[in-house]
Amino acid sequence: MDELIIEGTEDSPQITLDLNANIMEISGRSLPEDVNTFYEPTLSWIEEYSKNPMPSTTFNFKLTYFNTASSKIILDILTQFEEMIEEGHQVLVRWHFPDEDEDMQEAGEEYADMVDVPFEMVSY
Amino acid sequence: MMKDLNAIPGKGFLDFVYDFYSSMKAHEINLVYEGKVTHQITKAFIALAEAQMEEDEEASKVQRTVFHVMVECLQNISRHADEFETGETAYSGKGIFMVSNTNDAYCITTGNAINNEKIPELEEILQQINELDEENLKELYMKQMKEGRLSEKGGAGLGFIDIRRKTGEQLDYHFLPLSESVSFFLLTTLIPRTL
Repeated sequence: MDELIIEGTEDSPQITLDLNANIMEISGRSLPEDVNTFYEPTLSWIEEYSKNPMPSTTFNFKLTYFNTASSKIILDILTQFEEMIEEGHQVLVRWHFPDEDEDMQEAGEEYADMVDVPFEMVSY
Repeated sequence: MMKDLNAIPGKGFLDFVYDFYSSMKAHEINLVYEGKVTHQITKAFIALAEAQMEEDEEASKVQRTVFHVMVECLQNISRHADEFETGETAYSGKGIFMVSNTNDAYCITTGNAINNEKIPELEEILQQINELDEENLKELYMKQMKEGRLSEKGGAGLGFIDIRRKTGEQLDYHFLPLSESVSFFLLTTLIPRTL
């Protein structure tokens, strides 16, 4: 599957979906002008990937900020993982947060509560 | 070419500018904007505020909260503000945005025109958010994220809940009449510097 790389900007995150390098990560800031347009390629990529995934998938969220419009998209991504797990695949979400940022930590914990996907909280 | 004398501001205008400046200083307002809130404007204002807070060595939690509130407030205007000037109630994306700070708190104020027909629903949401405690706000946020349809404009009603949760303060809102069909929706958020 072709990789999807979107360079991060001051208002949109870096997207790295690269199976050869074994990296699946969203990092940085997320407040794009139009969340639906921005995340459409990512959601499509994950949907395509979920049809024939690797034996185990580790997906990294390493966001420093996301607005409420982006929060719904993050849930959409996690819901895709939930469906993969229901189909018998292994998925692990690693939620990275700056160690003094309890809001970002809490956001990860709340997502972990909302979906049936294993979460690993990683402070840095 | 002859100079258009009418274009030179009169004494009244100078007095207005002077009073406006003095009034801004008295209210410790450090940013005020009136007009269309575009994504570029949003980016410029948050960059400005970030640089200023960094210089003031503001606590990182306060910085993050001010950033959050600014983004959500500006996006509220850009996505939901109605038109006032033309007398029509079409969408305009225009409003007023102000940031002030005292020794105790940052204060972020937005004001925009709103079609009166939308007020009851908005007021109900704001009232409900103010009445909820932390645990219930969390539940509402999660419920809204799950079920709340993303409107065409991208909002999910999450902004107000998020502001209330992150600041721990009540949302202070007012509706003042602008015309028969349109009101001025004023929202003030306090971010304590001891957050």
